[in-house]
Amino acid sequence: MDLLMTVLLALLLINAVLVVCVRNLLAACIIFMAQSLIMVLIWILLQAPDLAVTEAAVGTGVSSLLFFLALKKIRAIGRGKEDAAHEG
Amino acid sequence: MKADLDRDLVSSLDEALPEESHLDSGHLHRHDAGVARQDRRLAAGENRAARVSLLVYRSISVLAALAVILILLWGVLDLPLFGRGNNPVENEVSLRYLQSGLQEGGAVNLVANMILDYRAFDTLGESNVLFAACCTVILLLRRIQDRESAVSPLGEASPSALPEDPVLALGARVLCPVILLFGIYIILNGHLGPGGGFSGGAVMGAGLILLRNALGTERIGRFFSYRTFRRAVFAALSFYALSKAWSFYTGANRLPSFIPAGTPGAILSAGLILPLNIAVGLVVCCTMYGFFALFEKGDI
Amino acid sequence: MDLQALLDNRVEAAAIVLFGIGLTTLLLNRNLIRKIIGFSFMDSAVFLFLASEGYIEGRTAPVQNILSARPAGAFVSPIPAGLVLTGIVVSVSVTALMLALTVRLYRHYHTLNLDEILHLARREEE
Repeated sequence: MDLLMTVLLALLLINAVLVVCVRNLLAACIIFMAQSLIMVLIWILLQAPDLAVTEAAVGTGVSSLLFFLALKKIRAIGRGKEDAAHEG
Repeated sequence: MKADLDRDLVSSLDEALPEESHLDSGHLHRHDAGVARQDRRLAAGENRAARVSLLVYRSISVLAALAVILILLWGVLDLPLFGRGNNPVENEVSLRYLQSGLQEGGAVNLVANMILDYRAFDTLGESNVLFAACCTVILLLRRIQDRESAVSPLGEASPSALPEDPVLALGARVLCPVILLFGIYIILNGHLGPGGGFSGGAVMGAGLILLRNALGTERIGRFFSYRTFRRAVFAALSFYALSKAWSFYTGANRLPSFIPAGTPGAILSAGLILPLNIAVGLVVCCTMYGFFALFEKGDI
Repeated sequence: MDLQALLDNRVEAAAIVLFGIGLTTLLLNRNLIRKIIGFSFMDSAVFLFLASEGYIEGRTAPVQNILSARPAGAFVSPIPAGLVLTGIVVSVSVTALMLALTVRLYRHYHTLNLDEILHLARREEE
């Protein structure tokens, strides 16, 4: 458990640094999703199954979905504007 | 033919990966470009000053963040060792929850006992925070949609207009009932094992989101409309608030229950914890689904 | 700094470094989406710190045994778990709120760069 915990904590920090380094916004959101997954494993190691279930559903599922949807919406707005400029 | 295919591939790739240059460095759009160029010329003198101030800001913020990390790490040095029993967190409060939780609350899962019995007022506030956040998102995204669709009938391409992927649709249809059932199980089992209203509600919300993607907006709108959303959340929150008000009325000593406690471990036990779990689950499920629907289409 | 003590308390130390990384992202990155991600990292760092305080080695999750009630000494503390449980759900609603605000800002200014948004807003005021 000690080794696994250390590895997971290291991954947690590496992930957090990667979000800043990676150029693509979608990739940043996927890294955020991976962060939640690592947190799920850490909750299980910390003997908090309630937290693990909640984090799996909320952090990995709904929260990342909202990020993707927001990105998609932003792109749609941007593209709509460009189309309008073309036509105008 | 091949060139066309290549171009299609490239454009679809481009679609799949929002490019930083488009979103991040925030290039101005065409109608702003002229103004921006003029601006830039005017701002050429200020440019140097701006760059210097940016550099100062960056170095100050890096130093501040480093200082915060170092001070907090210095605090960590004085913390009791990780994983030992002499932690000050282990005081009489948690001892009381662990020792007499089963007799007083009746739930086998002592965490559920704590958040829905001893500290139920806290959870009521939490549910209200969720509701308030959902209301704010409705205010922010719903009104715009009307204006947007009034201005340009093209609007944003709605996902239901996209061709349906048969594999995804069938997979979602098979998975949906299982996920929803699992969510209901987590909610109903909240007092017997890990789980409860928050996690079960989130799982159910995710299941509803999947169902919406599989069936399309119209068909799910038949049984889950804005009206359903309002009624479910209102009923759940008012039930919770009334039961908590009753607990205040009787002396604010935990959440007293008129329901017979039953034998611990049975599904119909633990007094008010099961109904409260269902109420919290409803609020969380509706909020999660509402967030998704608002972000996707600007309406529930 | 005493490195051995930090290694012994590595969960707390990692939580604090994660908090610092989130704070740095929040301060230095101009992209609003990345700021939100940094904020979420700060959230999870706080949760990690809180939950690690309640953990005691060799004890199990606080779920009582029905047949033979176990003593209180067999369980980890339920208080941090309960506090973090509600915190996680609230943090997702805060994230949704911030994303909605970002979408709205993008609709108005057509950029995600905070500096440009401030610049454009100042020009609008004039």
